[in-house]
Amino acid sequence: MAELVAVIASTHHPFYYRASTAVGDDRPPFADEWVRKVEAFRETLTKARPDVLVMVGSDHFHQFWLDNMPQFLVGKAPFYDANFYNEEREFGLPKMLLTGQEDLSAYVLREGLDAGFDLAFSNELRIDHSITCPIITLRPQNDLPIVPIYTNIFAPPLPQPKRFVQLGRTIRQLIESWPEDKRVAVIGTGHLSLELGGPRQFGPTGPDPQFDRKAVEWISSGDIEGCLSEVTLDSLHLPGNATHGFMDFMLMMGVAGEGRKADYVDTYDLFHTMEAYFTWYPNGGRS
Amino acid sequence: MSKYLLNKFLYTVDRDPELVERYREDPRATVAMWETEYANRILNCVDGESSTWLRFDDTEREALAAHDYPALFELGAHPFLTLTLFIAMFERDHEPMGFQTEYARRLAHVSMPYPDIAT
Repeated sequence: MAELVAVIASTHHPFYYRASTAVGDDRPPFADEWVRKVEAFRETLTKARPDVLVMVGSDHFHQFWLDNMPQFLVGKAPFYDANFYNEEREFGLPKMLLTGQEDLSAYVLREGLDAGFDLAFSNELRIDHSITCPIITLRPQNDLPIVPIYTNIFAPPLPQPKRFVQLGRTIRQLIESWPEDKRVAVIGTGHLSLELGGPRQFGPTGPDPQFDRKAVEWISSGDIEGCLSEVTLDSLHLPGNATHGFMDFMLMMGVAGEGRKADYVDTYDLFHTMEAYFTWYPNGGRS
Repeated sequence: MSKYLLNKFLYTVDRDPELVERYREDPRATVAMWETEYANRILNCVDGESSTWLRFDDTEREALAAHDYPALFELGAHPFLTLTLFIAMFERDHEPMGFQTEYARRLAHVSMPYPDIAT
């Protein structure tokens, strides 16, 4: 059986790549500390020695459009090209090519459908920065096969928060029942409070530091019930108009498990939004 | 009113470098051209299978033709699409982050709840 060796939840900040590679006058003052934090976070994945990465993210109106919008979608392909023209233009992200773990994609689709999730699929998926950012931060050598899973946090009507948690629990069950002798890590990215295209965007901090503090507490303590009791599709408008990306953190809490404290927690208060990094070791971190 | 069609304009222009420049330089003509040639195209279908019913109302057409992003926000266009395209067009005219902060300032009058973006 496969073993779930690490569960990682992270923000995906598209400016990290540019900030971390800038030199001289172009290098922002917050870059060195950011790189230090990301490299420490990367070590939490490295030491789990994964063979396969299940990557949870969200397409930002790149391949998926309002004429055909999946709620939850699994990529099943041998390769995934990555990053789009507008991400290159705005964030300086490079074009990338990732390898797919196609047999695990097939397993997740078949077993996920049978477990009550009517998952959409794609056999030709170009992935965006919600998945490439954590590759850049956590596995820059890009040497592991992936299973991409996309959620709709972007184009209402959205699934309810509890559905994200349930999908996380199901993903964990599917990985742990996959009859292959592989070490699997799940990496999911989302946002804390975030505003894009509204009056609270690009402020000196994230739009709602109080929400961010609560969110970090929910995630790091594994308080799924507490989180679900306060977070609704309506309430997520209040901390910032792009805060529904927090539901991908809730999905990752579902993967990690109720009451399961994170083994590694770090945050970094940047302008515009707070960075947050969490790692759980389901087997206690033994190798 | 069609939030969907506003979003379709923003989405299809944003992903095409040539259309981004045309919309920056001559917004009124680009909106007119787009409504004639693009508005009814189903993105995953050939041209012979285009839709027949999509058009802007006057308010929507004018908001796009005037590069009026606060109006697009009020109309319920998806804020991420508007922001991304307008950064592509106008960030170059400002100091780093200058356009983004001006954008926020021009929306400062907006109060919660924001206009519904559901399509």
